[in-house]
Amino acid sequence: MSNRSSVEIFTEWDIVAARQLGRNEAKNSGFGTVDQARITTAISELARNIYLYAGKGKIEIERVSTDGMKGMTIIASDEGPGIPDLRKVMEDGFSTSGGLGAGMPGVKRLMDDFKVESEVGKGTTITATKWLR
Amino acid sequence: MNVRIPILKLDEVLIVSIQWELDDQTAIQFQEDLLNKMHETTARGVVIDLTSIDFIDSFIAKVLGDVISMSSLMGAKVVITGIQPAVAITLIELGIRLENVRTALDLENGLTKLRRELEA
Repeated sequence: MSNRSSVEIFTEWDIVAARQLGRNEAKNSGFGTVDQARITTAISELARNIYLYAGKGKIEIERVSTDGMKGMTIIASDEGPGIPDLRKVMEDGFSTSGGLGAGMPGVKRLMDDFKVESEVGKGTTITATKWLR
Repeated sequence: MNVRIPILKLDEVLIVSIQWELDDQTAIQFQEDLLNKMHETTARGVVIDLTSIDFIDSFIAKVLGDVISMSSLMGAKVVITGIQPAVAITLIELGIRLENVRTALDLENGLTKLRRELEA
């Protein structure tokens, strides 16, 4: 199996496909049931954000290892409108979609490392990693 | 691809066991089906068993929370049963609190709880 796999997000069904891919990868990487649920949920939220805000984008899943640690990285990227105020979207309870999606702080808490890069008019890339304990 | 979640009736109670991963459409369809069934059967209580569910994202949580509020508007009580440890952990970490929701460890306890409340 290659180190990287991906799902393009266009429809609601792609959200299901992305989280199924993520769960299988998490299971095969040796994550326990709680971490599998965290990873699956994080992917579902990120994929839904792409679907809701950007219309289309991509979820990539990569097996990573560094300094003797192994883990899984989720890269959620789109070429949507971008996020004007990054600090604001990282606040709990902030939403522009009327309460759909638990938002970024929730995803950050589910994962170990979390990074957002966004440029207005160009798109957003979110990189989140979970490490095997 | 539109699989409907079966809704069973036992005395005054509707029993739903969600056995597979919910996509958005199935979840919304379930919301409607459950309310319609409630209306048709004049059931006063619902048990939704989530034993087979291994993750719940914010969308599914919202649909569940909504269906509980909607059932309450129609005069029925809902008990959620069988939430797995991993699901409880991720829901709270995600920041979702299903407050004021009746829960029980499993279907059996859920039915007992519901019957007690309906008799009260």
